[in-house]
Amino acid sequence: MKLTKLLASAALAVGLATTAFADGHEKTKVGFVYVGPIGDGGWTYQHDQGRLAVEAEFGDAVETVFQESVPEGPDAERVMTQMALSGADIIFTTSFGYMDATNNVAAKFPDIKFEHATGYKRLHDNVSTYDARFYEGRAVLGHIAGNMTETNKIGYIASFPIPEVIQGINSAYLHASKVNPDVEMVVIWAYTWFDPAKEADAAKAMIEQGVDVIMQHTDSTAPQAAAQEANANGGRVFTFGQASDMAAFGPKPRIASIIDDWSPYYIKRVGQLMDGTYEQTASWGGMPEGEVVIGEITDEVPASVKAEALAMVEAISNGTYHPFTGPITKQDGTVFLAEGEVATDVQLVTMDFYVEGITGDIPN
Amino acid sequence: MIWLEKRPAPSRTWSAASPIVAVFLTLIAGGIMFAILGKNPFEALRTIFWDPLFHEQFASFSRPQLLVKAGPLILIAIGLSFGFRAGIWNIGAEGQYIMGAIVGAAVGLALYPSESVLIFPLMVVAGALGGWAWAMIPGLLKVRFGTNEILVSLMLVYVAENILASAAVGWLKNPDGAGFPGSRNLSQWEASANPELIAGTGAHWGVMAAVIAVVFAYVVFTKHILGFHIRLSGEAPRAARFAGVNPNLLVLVCLGLSGALAGLAGLFEVTGPAGQIGIDFNVGYGFTAIIVAFLGRLHPIGILLAGLLMALTYIGGELASFMLSIPGAAIQAFQGMLLFFLLGVDVATHYRVRFGRKGVA
Repeated sequence: MKLTKLLASAALAVGLATTAFADGHEKTKVGFVYVGPIGDGGWTYQHDQGRLAVEAEFGDAVETVFQESVPEGPDAERVMTQMALSGADIIFTTSFGYMDATNNVAAKFPDIKFEHATGYKRLHDNVSTYDARFYEGRAVLGHIAGNMTETNKIGYIASFPIPEVIQGINSAYLHASKVNPDVEMVVIWAYTWFDPAKEADAAKAMIEQGVDVIMQHTDSTAPQAAAQEANANGGRVFTFGQASDMAAFGPKPRIASIIDDWSPYYIKRVGQLMDGTYEQTASWGGMPEGEVVIGEITDEVPASVKAEALAMVEAISNGTYHPFTGPITKQDGTVFLAEGEVATDVQLVTMDFYVEGITGDIPN
Repeated sequence: MIWLEKRPAPSRTWSAASPIVAVFLTLIAGGIMFAILGKNPFEALRTIFWDPLFHEQFASFSRPQLLVKAGPLILIAIGLSFGFRAGIWNIGAEGQYIMGAIVGAAVGLALYPSESVLIFPLMVVAGALGGWAWAMIPGLLKVRFGTNEILVSLMLVYVAENILASAAVGWLKNPDGAGFPGSRNLSQWEASANPELIAGTGAHWGVMAAVIAVVFAYVVFTKHILGFHIRLSGEAPRAARFAGVNPNLLVLVCLGLSGALAGLAGLFEVTGPAGQIGIDFNVGYGFTAIIVAFLGRLHPIGILLAGLLMALTYIGGELASFMLSIPGAAIQAFQGMLLFFLLGVDVATHYRVRFGRKGVA
C-alpha cells in the first residue's frame, strides 16, 4: 500500500508540474494561510499587511491568494493542498500549529516552495522556516516599563510556555530591572493567542493586584481596553501595543508598541523566487532586518526615557547590543551567561527557564 | 389574512420535501448574499457545489476529502439521532468527541513506543469509552436528580475544551517537541496510525465506522424493539410508559450510544487526519453534527446524505474563499442559512398554511 501511495503522489506531482507549466505561468502566485481573521488587528492582520506589501512591490508580476481563519489541523492540510493545486508557486503558512501540515503537503508538491512561520521542522528541501526576534522589541518595552512603573509591578499576559514567549518575559524583565531593581514581574498564562475575554480577565486581575504597566504576548486589544477603563476611573495603567501598533489606544494607556513587520521578509523571498536566487533557509530576523519595529513612543513617556529607548533600538539594529548579554543568572542560581558573553541562537530557541529575580514557575 | 393551522398528523410529503426546499432556498438567498458582496453568484455557487466534485484540477483531491470531512459528521449525527428521536437532547457531542480523542490518545501514548498491533484496537475501545463516560455525566444527573441534559451536556463541552488545553500543553505534550504545545503525532507512529485504507479515497477507519453506524442505525430503527421504544418515547411518552419502556434506562442508552460514537469519531480523527492532540483539535464537528442530524430528518440514510452535503459546503466553501476571495464569515453565514431555512420550512410539516379568515375555511 505504501508503494501505491508513493506512486500516486508521484503521479500527482508530475501531473501538476505539467499543468503548471502548461498554463503559461506569467504571474508568480503567492499563497497565504492565516490562523485568524484578517480583522483581528494583531497577528494575522500583520501577515496580511505583508501580503499587500508584496502586491504593492511587484504589481502585476504577482498574484496573491489567502485563506483566513484556518484551524490548525486537518483543515489546514486541505487548504494548503487546494492552494498548491490551484497553481501557487510559494505558500506562506503563518502559524506554529501548521508545522506538520506544511511538511506533509510539501512532500507531495516538491516544485512548490513552502514557508512556515515560527516552526522548526524542515523535513523537505522545499520547506523553509522564518521567525522574528521579538525579544529584541521586548527589551525596549521592558526598559520603558521599568521607568514608568510606580507600584514596581509589571504584568505580563503570556500565551503558551514555549521558548519564544519565555524569551520575551526574560528580556523584558532583564531590562526593566536594570533601570528599576525593585521591579516585580507578574506573569499570567492565558493559554491562548487570541481570546479577548480571557485577556481582559487577566488584565483586570493584574490591575487589582496593583500592576500599573501591562505587557502582553496575546493579540487582542482587550487588555488595552481594560487599562483604558481603569484609567477612566482614576487609575494609572500603561500598556503596549502587541503585533500591530494598536495606536487607537494611545497616547494612554498605550505608550509604545512592538510591531511584527513581515513585509521585508515576504518581499525578499518572493523576489528571490522570481529572479531564481531562492534557497531553503531558516530565517530569524529582527530589528536589523526591519521585522521587529517599535511603534511610536507617546509623550506620556518622559523625553529622557524615550531617548534611551530609541538609543537601544539603534544599538540593537546596528548590531552593537544584544539583549541577552551576560552576566545573566538563571532563576535557580546557576550561571546562564558569563560577563560579556552573548547568548547563542541555540540557547535562545531552547530557553525553558526564568532568569534570576522572576518569581513563580513556568507551567509544564 | 394568512394563518397557520396545525395538521392532525405531520405531513409526510413535506417531511420528505423540506430538506430539498431548504437547500433550494439557501441557494437563492446565498446567491443574493454573494451578489451583494460583489461576487458573481453563479460562479460562487458553482465553486462551492460543483468544483469540489468535478473540477479537473481539484476534484481528484477534493472528492476523497469529502469523505474525510463527512465521516465524523455522520458518525456523530447517527449517535445523536437515537436520542433526538426519543426526545433526549445531547447538545454536548463536541465534548464527548474531545474526550474520546484524549482518552484514546492517552491510552496509546502510555504504550509508546511499542509496535504491538493491539494498540490501535485498544485505543478505539478507549476512545469509545471516553466519549461514553463523558455522556454518562449528564445521563446519570438526569435520571438521578432530574437535571436538564441540554444544559449539562453543553456546559461539559467547555470543561472538555479546558482538559484538552491542559493535555496539549501539559500531560500529553510531546517530550521531544521543544516545549511547544501538542502531543506526539499519532498518525506518524505506525502502531496508532489510522491511515487511508484504500489509497486516494480518503476512507480511513472512521469513514468505515460511519458506514457501519448508518447500517446499524437503519436496522435498529426498522427492525429492533429498541428502535420502536425510542420512537414511541419521542412521539407518545405516556404510551411508551404503558408499553413497558423504562424511561431512565432509555436516557442512559441513548446518551451513552451518542457519546460512544462521538468518542469514536474523535479517536479516528486524532489518529488520522488531525494526527495529534492540540489546543485547537476540535473544530466544531459535534455541533455541526446536530445540523446534519436534523437536515437528514434523523433518518440514517438522510444523515448519510446530509453529512456529505455539509462536507461539500465546507470544502467548496474553502475553495470559494481563496479562489474568489469570499470572506470566511460569508461561507459560515451560507451554511447557517441551510439550518435556518430547514427549520423555517419545517413549519409546513406540522402546519397547514391557510388564507382567509379563521374559522371560515
